Amino acid sequence: MTRKQKRLSLIAGGLGVIGLAVLLVMFALSSQIAYFQSPTDIAEGAAPPNQRIRLGGLVVDGSVTRGEGAEVSFGVTDTANTVEVVYNGILPDLFREGQGVVVEGIFEAGNPVFRADSVLAKHDETYMPKEVADSLKEQGVWQGN
Amino acid sequence: MIIELGHYALVLALAAALLQSVVPIIGVRRSDEGLMAMATVATMATLALVLFSFCILTWSYLTSDFSVANVWENSHSLKPLIYKFSGVWGNHEGSMLLWVLILVLFSALVAGFGRNLPSELKATVLAVQAWIVTAFLLFILMTSNPFLRLAPAPAEGQDLNPILQDPGLAIHPPLLYLGYVGFSISFSFAVAALINGRIDAAWARWVRPWTLAAWTALTAGIAMGSYWAYYELGWGGWWFWDPVENASFMPWLAGTALLHSALVMEKREALKIWTILLAILTFSLSLLGTFLVRSGVLTSVHSFATDPQRGIFILCILAIFVGGALTLFALRAGTLSQGGLFAPISREGALVLNNLFLTTATATVLTGTLYPLVLESVTGSKISVGAPFFNLTFGPLMVPLLCIVPFGPLLAWKRGDLWAVTQRLYLAAGLALVTALGVLWFTTGAPVLAAFGVALGVWLIAGSLTDLALRAGFGRVSPSIFLRRLIGLPRSAFGTALAHFGLGVTVIGVVASTVFSTELVTRLKAGDVIEAAGYELAFGGLQPAVGPNFTELQGRFAVTKDGRAIGDITSAKRLYTARRMPTTEAGIMTRGFSQLYVSLGDEGEDGTVVVRVWWKSWITFIWLGAVIMSIGGCVSLLDRRLRIGAPARRRAPGPAAHPEPAE
Repeated sequence: MTRKQKRLSLIAGGLGVIGLAVLLVMFALSSQIAYFQSPTDIAEGAAPPNQRIRLGGLVVDGSVTRGEGAEVSFGVTDTANTVEVVYNGILPDLFREGQGVVVEGIFEAGNPVFRADSVLAKHDETYMPKEVADSLKEQGVWQGN
Repeated sequence: MIIELGHYALVLALAAALLQSVVPIIGVRRSDEGLMAMATVATMATLALVLFSFCILTWSYLTSDFSVANVWENSHSLKPLIYKFSGVWGNHEGSMLLWVLILVLFSALVAGFGRNLPSELKATVLAVQAWIVTAFLLFILMTSNPFLRLAPAPAEGQDLNPILQDPGLAIHPPLLYLGYVGFSISFSFAVAALINGRIDAAWARWVRPWTLAAWTALTAGIAMGSYWAYYELGWGGWWFWDPVENASFMPWLAGTALLHSALVMEKREALKIWTILLAILTFSLSLLGTFLVRSGVLTSVHSFATDPQRGIFILCILAIFVGGALTLFALRAGTLSQGGLFAPISREGALVLNNLFLTTATATVLTGTLYPLVLESVTGSKISVGAPFFNLTFGPLMVPLLCIVPFGPLLAWKRGDLWAVTQRLYLAAGLALVTALGVLWFTTGAPVLAAFGVALGVWLIAGSLTDLALRAGFGRVSPSIFLRRLIGLPRSAFGTALAHFGLGVTVIGVVASTVFSTELVTRLKAGDVIEAAGYELAFGGLQPAVGPNFTELQGRFAVTKDGRAIGDITSAKRLYTARRMPTTEAGIMTRGFSQLYVSLGDEGEDGTVVVRVWWKSWITFIWLGAVIMSIGGCVSLLDRRLRIGAPARRRAPGPAAHPEPAE
C-alpha cells in the first residue's frame, strides 16, 4: 500500500468507529433516557404511558401502606398535586414520610398509579435531591438554596 | 496553637509552590542550571510543608479536637480509631488536602527519581506540577480551609456519615487519588514537551512508568470503590453508571488508551502528537471528575452535601488548565517532528485501533454524563441518563475491542501477518467456542448473548496465555528450555498478559453476574425458610445488638444446602446514634466465586420483615479481574527497562539509536 492509501484506510476506519458511536448515542438518547417530572407536570398530562420517567417530590405524611409481600405504596406530592406510587422491593434507609424522594418507573396504559422500579436513596440525610428542590421552589414550598 | 501551625504551613507551601512555578522556567529560558535546580529544592519543601499540615489535621482528628470546625462536623469521640484516622479525608476539606498531598508527593518522586532526566525537561515538568499545586492550594485556603476554629469548642462532634464508617474509606480514596492525581505527571510531561518543543522516544520512556503507576492505582481504586458500594449500600449493585462513577471511569479509559499509545511512541516513535494530546485529555478528565464530585452539579447516589461556590472555583481551575494546555497544544503541536510509518496490519495498527475504540468509548461516557447538564441549561428540561443508555452505547463499542485484544501482542511491529496470528490463536478460539456451547448446553434458557459474553472472557484469558507460551517458544523447544525461557521473559510481557487475563476474568464476572443471578424479595417472620439458588435460608428472627457508636437489629439466617448446614449469614439494620441515621448492613456469604447476598428492609407491624435475597453468580470475578489487572501493572513496573531508564542521558540522534528491545 502507498502512504496515501495507508492514511486513507486509517481515516476511514476512524470515521467508521466514530460514526457508529454517534449513531448509537443518538439512538440511545432518543429512547433510553428518563425525563424528570413533578406531580403537577403529570396532572397536566405530560406523561405518556409506558415511557420511563423520574418522578420527584415529598412523600405524603401517613400515605405509606404495605401490601402483599414486599409491595408498598405511597403518595408523592409537590403540595399542589399528588401521584400514587407502587413499588415492590426494599425502600432505602433514608426513605421517610414528609421527606424528598425520587422514584423511577412508568405509568402503565390506563392506570393512574405510577409503577416504580427504583426509589432513589441518598448517602446523606440533610441532602434534598436537586430536581425535587427545584420543583418545590416553583411551588414556593422550599426556602433553602 | 498547633492547629494554626498547620494552617500556616499550608500558606508557606503555597509560597514555595509559587516560587517553584516561576523560577525553574526562568532558569530554562536563561539556561541557568542553578535556577533550574531550584525546582527540586522547592518541590521537597512543598512536600514537607503539606505533609506537616496533613499530619496536624490527622492529629486533631485522633485527639478529637472539636475546636476545629472540620473535626466537629465529621468526627465523634466514640468513633473507632481507624475511622478517626480515615475520617480525615472523609469530608470535602480533608479530601482536598489529601488530593494536594498526593500531588506534591508525585512531584517529589519526579524530583527524587528524575536524576537521569535532562535538566531542562525536569525543571519544566516540576514547574508545571507546581502550577497545579498552586491552583489547588489556593482553592483549599480560599474556599475549603480545614483548619477553621470554633469558639467555644463544642463538647461532642457530629460524627462521620455512617456510610463512610467502613474500612473501604481507609483504602478507596487514597488509591483513587493516586490514580487521578498520578495522571498529572503525564500531563506535566506533555505540557513541558510542548513548551520546550522537543519530544522523542526517551520522553515516552519517561512518561510510561508514571502513567502505568497511576493506571494501576486507579484500577485498584475503582474496583475497591465498586465492591464497597456493593456491600455497603445494600442494593446488591456493583456499578450504577452514576456520574461520580463515570468521573473516575473516564480517566481510566483515557489512561488505558494513553498507556497503549505511549508504547507505540516508545518503541516506534510514532503517534507522538496523539500521545501528547491523550496525556492532556486524561488529566483533564481527572480534573473534570474532581469538579463533578466536588461541585454537586449532578445528582448522584454517591454525592454528599456540596457547595456551589467551590464548584465555580474548580470550574475556573478546570478551564484554565484544560483550555491553556489545549491552546498550547494547538500552537505547538505542528512544530513537533512526525514519527515512523507502519502498515495498518501491525502491532502499531492494533494499538491505534485500541486507542480509537477506547477514546470513542470515553466520548460516549462523557456525552452521557454531561448531556443532562447541557440539556438543562439549554432547554430547562431535566432528564436522567442511566444504565440503559450506557449499556446501549458503551457495550457495542467494547465488544470489537475485546475481540481484537488477543491479536495485538501477537502481531509484529511495523508489518504483521494477520493470517499467521489467527492460526496461532486457533486453540484460544476453540476454547472460547467450547465455552459458548457449554454455557448454552448447561444453562437452560440462557440468552445467546450471555454465552457469547462468557466466551469472550475465555477468549481473552486463553489469548493472553497463548501470547506468553509462544514468546517462550512453546512447541518449538523442549519443556525444560521452555520453562527457563518463560521465567526469563521480560516482566513487561508478564504485565501485559496479566492485565489482559484480568480483563477476561472481569468480563466473565460482569456477564455471568448480570445474566445468571437470581433475586427474591419477600416478607419473613422468625422460623420461615426460603429457598434461593438451591440454598435454604432459615430466618432466626431479629435480635438487637449494640456497637461502639450505633445500635442495630441483626437478622440471622442459617444456610443449608441439601440438608447440610453451611453457615450463618447475618444482615443488620443499624442506627448511628449521633446522627440518628439508619444504614443497612448486607449479609454476604461467598460460595466458590459466587455470593449469597441478603439485605433487610422494613419491619411490619406483625413482626415480619422484608428480606431481599440475591444469588450473585460469579460476581467476585469482577473485582478479582481488576486485582489481576493491577498486579499486571505492578509486575510491568518492575521491568528492568523501566527501572534503569539508561538511554535517557544520551541525546537521541535518531530512530537508529534505539534498537528494538527483544520481546
